[in-house]
Amino acid sequence: MASSEIAVSVDQVVKRYGSVTALHGVSLDIRENEFFTLLGPSGCGKTTLLRAIAGFEDVTEGHIRLKGQDLIDQPPFKRPVNTVFQQYALFPHMSVTENVMFGLLRKSWSRQEAERRAQDVLELVQLSDFAKRKPGQLSGGQQQRVALARALAPRPEVLLLDEPLSALDLKLRQAVRMELKAIQRETGIAFIFVTHDQEEALTMSDRIAVMSAGHVQQVGSPREIYETPVNRFVADFIGETNLLDVQVLSVTGGVAQVLMPGNRNFKCPAAAVVNAGPGHLSVRPERISVCAEAAGDLSATVTGHTYLGTDIQLHVKLVDGEAMSVRLQNAETTLMPETGAVVGLSLEAGAARLLAD
Amino acid sequence: MAAGAPMGAGNSSRIYKGSGWKLLFPSWIIIGIFLLAPVLMMGVYSFLTKEFRGGVIWQFSLDAYDQFFFDRGLFGDEPPRLEWTYIGIFWRSIWQAGLATLACLLIGFPTAWFIATRDPKSRSTWLFLVTIPYWVNLLIRTVSMKFLIRDTGPLNEFLLSIGVIDAPLGLINTNFAVQLGLFYSYLPFMVLPIYAAVERYDFSLSEAAADLYAGRWTILRLVILPVVKPGIVAGCILVFVPSLGAFLAPDLLGGAKTFMIGSLIEEQFKGNAGNWPFGAAASMILLTIVMCVLLVYARNQNKVEAR
Amino acid sequence: MAGKTDLRRFPGFLTVTTLCLFVLYAPLIVVAVYSFNASTSITNWGGMSLTWYVDVFIGPEAPKFQRAALNSMIIAVCASVIATVVATLAAVAMTRAGRFRGKTLSFALINLPLMVPEVVTAVASLVFFSAIGFTTGLTTILIAHTVFCIPFAYLPISARMQSIPDTYEQAAMDLYASPREAFRLVLLPLMTPGILSGFLLAFIISLDDFLITNFVKGAGIETLPTAIFGSVKQGIKPNIMAISTLMLVVSVIFVSLSWLVGRMGQDKKKNN
Repeated sequence: MASSEIAVSVDQVVKRYGSVTALHGVSLDIRENEFFTLLGPSGCGKTTLLRAIAGFEDVTEGHIRLKGQDLIDQPPFKRPVNTVFQQYALFPHMSVTENVMFGLLRKSWSRQEAERRAQDVLELVQLSDFAKRKPGQLSGGQQQRVALARALAPRPEVLLLDEPLSALDLKLRQAVRMELKAIQRETGIAFIFVTHDQEEALTMSDRIAVMSAGHVQQVGSPREIYETPVNRFVADFIGETNLLDVQVLSVTGGVAQVLMPGNRNFKCPAAAVVNAGPGHLSVRPERISVCAEAAGDLSATVTGHTYLGTDIQLHVKLVDGEAMSVRLQNAETTLMPETGAVVGLSLEAGAARLLAD
Repeated sequence: MAAGAPMGAGNSSRIYKGSGWKLLFPSWIIIGIFLLAPVLMMGVYSFLTKEFRGGVIWQFSLDAYDQFFFDRGLFGDEPPRLEWTYIGIFWRSIWQAGLATLACLLIGFPTAWFIATRDPKSRSTWLFLVTIPYWVNLLIRTVSMKFLIRDTGPLNEFLLSIGVIDAPLGLINTNFAVQLGLFYSYLPFMVLPIYAAVERYDFSLSEAAADLYAGRWTILRLVILPVVKPGIVAGCILVFVPSLGAFLAPDLLGGAKTFMIGSLIEEQFKGNAGNWPFGAAASMILLTIVMCVLLVYARNQNKVEAR
Repeated sequence: MAGKTDLRRFPGFLTVTTLCLFVLYAPLIVVAVYSFNASTSITNWGGMSLTWYVDVFIGPEAPKFQRAALNSMIIAVCASVIATVVATLAAVAMTRAGRFRGKTLSFALINLPLMVPEVVTAVASLVFFSAIGFTTGLTTILIAHTVFCIPFAYLPISARMQSIPDTYEQAAMDLYASPREAFRLVLLPLMTPGILSGFLLAFIISLDDFLITNFVKGAGIETLPTAIFGSVKQGIKPNIMAISTLMLVVSVIFVSLSWLVGRMGQDKKKNN
């Protein structure tokens, strides 16, 4: 990839607070015109990284470059990046328009031009009718859009979004996702989006960086992250998965021969780093089917059901006592084993992945 | 840096980082020079020798404290005995302030509770009504109280005219008058912190207690009072501390019999009869008592917060 | 949900509240009523009259009280303005400058005037001023008032600042505002209600003070409280009641003002 396509380059960034290290040498490249998501549980360092890019945190080591230019010594008000804050931080004493014009006027736009730009941006977020209101008179969803308009108005090189949807209720959040994605397409600005909500990340992002404990665990498209997780953390954090303790017999050409609990053999793709010995096999519950006991890759006893509407979740126990869950479609044709029944489980060979710790 | 916390909360923005001292400089200059230094100087003065007609001689002496605690007879040659005059004045002040605090608590708690349980709109009006008198000049309030309760004042006139009493009550110049004055001066200090505590009180606790067979007064004793205790303690401190060193109420409403610390200290610095080192020593003793009360309070407060 | 089931209600609490308000207001109301007494004897009611109010403004003691009132005003205005500025700077330091050495000590210092008993402050100031050879007069009163007004101005200002998250200033800086602009355009407007109520509080506290003023005032200089005290020592005269009533009215107006200002701030907050 040519370097001109990279909008933000995070290079070996370390952040320490006293004895606590929040970022352990994080490196990331965010491309131009990309919806990039930093995903991870709270405390993983994603917000710290975002704040470092915005300029609200000094980094202990490393560099952050914007289109090749080092930002580290620039104060936030000199960085051509804008932020949508988690609680929006709309200035309560200014009207919607004044909020949107704020950044433009600081950049010495003329009042007239700033007003015109504010109108355009408010149109983009469909808030033209509310231009004269104060933020306090708007609903949460409207405030969120004002915050977006305010951050977009000065045409930043990169837009930073710090969990901007977390203050909205579920229904609204789902609608706003699509809207946000559309706006990103329309403006052509790189968005760096911080969230702990995997569904949000999967539905909106071009690429996702999964973070944990100050490290980037994996960077990839939503599909890559979900279907080919590189380690236990990613497999476990994104979606639901079964992690089985297995014995790896051999690994050749990315294909592993493993011994399952119950001593049956199984062949599956392996993440590159796996060696022979004990390993973990990750299987998504929806990639498992129920069959006759003898025909399965695993033998299991059904311990219960959970009704989920579109699906039914089957709780089973393996011979070594390990619990697993299986998702079966809620359809008339699906055969539903009774609690206590002994069944075979057949795993989709391509969907099961052998992982390192 | 937990991502759960809103961005920037608790984090200092870069703007004012490192300029703490610059911004605090004026406060240090004004309070440091014109209050901290004078108080420290009083501490020094209390160990100096007195000059007749006010003032000090720069010579170390423990006379001031000696005079406060011990009696060595008219000519100072008898063996020292504990001198009760001044300790008595301090003790009376503590006693008076304590009784005033108790009165404030007994009236203030139900008032604060009553106000905090009104609907939010009328709450602020009630609160306003309670605080207005506080904003009226303390001197004027004390003078008004004196006017009302003196022997020929409206209270006695009224009671005499309706025949409830046949001689004036003789309230003025009594300990009771001083307590009434202190109570009147500092009552809002009791109501406000208790109000704040009760307002935060979670009424489902009362409901849980009632559900577990506790009666109204049992709930008050076992649940409400322990929960709002920090507010009560704060109120008591806010009333007790200023009452202890009060000057106006004892001076205007009390007489010679009700002499309190405030008047004792004042006397040492006014006119020619004064004894500056002795006044300074009395001030230091008063200051020590107050600081001890505040320290104990701060300690408890920290414990409450640590929980 | 009134009645026996309401756990918020305690029998007798309304009575106590009424008693409380009665005790608080009775003396003030009695004095206000008697200030309209036509009789020269202060206790016998001689019919309604404005005699004593006229006396306050043109009577023999009028110049003395007017001079004292003017002094009180000058001192209150100057002391509360200085205290408000100093307290605002201190509040910014305490709520925005992060952690620094001596922060706790500085906090204690700002609140020192509240902790030291008033009578001790009074005599200590007197002794200090005479030791450094400051001639007592208006200036000494002004200095002493500024000192004890600072914590009173500080309380509402810092409370207000604590409720303003610093994301507002971060957002301003993110939108290219320099630190100075962030303060002037964002923080200051948001702080205004706090600053205003801090100022009003300091103003009233300064007007109210008797004890400290009485010690640091020079010979011949009086503020309203010291003048009234001097007069009361010779017995309560009807003109004192008229003055008291006037001051009471001024106080009530002031408190109502600051109450309204506070309400404005609260309403704004609710809208956010």
